[in-house]
Amino acid sequence: MSAAADSTAAARRLALQKWRDRVPPLLAVVGLIALWQTIITVLGVPTYIAPSPGEVLATMIDKAPLLLRNFLPTVAEALAGFVLGNGIAILIAIGFVHSRTADKAFFPLAVFINTIPIIAIAPILVLIFGNGYTPKVIIAALICFFPTLVNMVRGLQAVSPQALDLMRVLSASKPEILWKIRLQSSLPFLFAALKIASTTCVIGAIVGEWIGSNFGLGALIIEATYNFRSSLLYATVLLAALLSVILFSVTALVERRLITWKPTAVH
Amino acid sequence: MAAAQAAAATRRSREKPGSAARPAVSVRDATVRFDTDAGPVTALKDVAVTIPEGGLVTMLGPSGCGKSTLLRAIADLVPVAGGDIAVLGKTPRQARIDRDFSFVFQDATLLPWRSAIDNVRLPLEVGGRAAKVSVNAAPEDLLAMVGLKGRETALPHELSGGMRQRVAIARALVCQPRILLMDEPFGALDEINRDKLNEELLRIWAETGTTILFVTHSIPEAAFLGQQVLVLASHPGRVRELVDVDMPFPRKLADRDSMKFVKITAHLRALLESC
Repeated sequence: MSAAADSTAAARRLALQKWRDRVPPLLAVVGLIALWQTIITVLGVPTYIAPSPGEVLATMIDKAPLLLRNFLPTVAEALAGFVLGNGIAILIAIGFVHSRTADKAFFPLAVFINTIPIIAIAPILVLIFGNGYTPKVIIAALICFFPTLVNMVRGLQAVSPQALDLMRVLSASKPEILWKIRLQSSLPFLFAALKIASTTCVIGAIVGEWIGSNFGLGALIIEATYNFRSSLLYATVLLAALLSVILFSVTALVERRLITWKPTAVH
Repeated sequence: MAAAQAAAATRRSREKPGSAARPAVSVRDATVRFDTDAGPVTALKDVAVTIPEGGLVTMLGPSGCGKSTLLRAIADLVPVAGGDIAVLGKTPRQARIDRDFSFVFQDATLLPWRSAIDNVRLPLEVGGRAAKVSVNAAPEDLLAMVGLKGRETALPHELSGGMRQRVAIARALVCQPRILLMDEPFGALDEINRDKLNEELLRIWAETGTTILFVTHSIPEAAFLGQQVLVLASHPGRVRELVDVDMPFPRKLADRDSMKFVKITAHLRALLESC
């Protein structure tokens, strides 16, 4: 057999192996859904307590326009909160790394803000900003803020002393050190935080919508619960989870594209 | 490479009109102290040494003797508490700003997200005015010079330890420094790689005419590379003796088997034992 044929055969085997690896998790999901359906049917659970998977699917198709109408505002709030919260956290982290005074003065404050449960801040923000998009975006931003701040500060400081010596010998300025070294070496830390934020920003947006709102997945969850529309409730929750999964996957994809390097051990 | 050599040659002839006697580095009674938890520690005490321009001097001593500290003081990485250091007649700070010297660390200190060639380019991208006005060598030529032609786009984690150190040397040469300060650059390499790089360093020294100050804790390395070996003693760090290595260049690895070389290393070992 020629070498080329050999390598295509090897590639085919690898692709097959890839598909085989996906079989167990797929079976697990299908099995769980089947179990859910069986329990509902066998025990005769009424729909308003817990719907069957079939009913949830039917509602998803039936109420697609309603779900989409509420899905889009939540997407917008979560994304805006993600950008705002992480953006501010990154900027403040850069400030902290360059000024010990700023770090000492404001870090305890950041910790304090983080200790207040987000669910307790939400009503305060709704009172101040009304029930439009603003309070939801702020809540989503707040929930992203702290993990990113902590990770980004660590990442910016995770520069080897020798690299700093090198930059000093080259008479590099602080902005040059920031651009050429600190930001790059902080990326793995930043993305660890961004992956957390990509799911929590959805939580933030939904919590914001629970309190005094008439649109968004959060509002739909409240409405469906109070009216015992459990199929709609489950469909909404699934959609919220789907949004988190999508944002997480996109973040992970960007990370893989951006960080192609590996830290080199000392020889 | 030829262009780099020629540029280096014109640079040298241009910048030292009739000043052959001016030392590249002159250290007078330098004292360096560090503050530690256990109180101040004197790392170097009244060290005096003169490195001639174009020379190759190695520094040898037991660990803790301050040989790295002396190199770092010359590179303006640690301040001196007393005495005086002049680099090409300037303060170390001014010499650093003028890009008169480069520094090679024990770890290659490459930026892991940059390819080999982009790591060599780093000195040209930072440091303001001095980096832009100086006559720079072509990064491609330098990588070829250190034997990495064809690996320009490789990321550091794709290179071996020896190759990474070669990239670091190319990076140190890109600004065509008059002085090359090397702090145990081959200390973490295996012996075969270290021997190979020792020979190549001598070739690079001959080609560029750069003054080299080389710190090591290997007796054969110190003797093989240096025109002179500065032996330091510890507690506190001070000069023990400046040993001349009276062996002609270009040196070959096999020269280390000669009687003369063995005698010199025996003398160095005796000096270290009496430290």
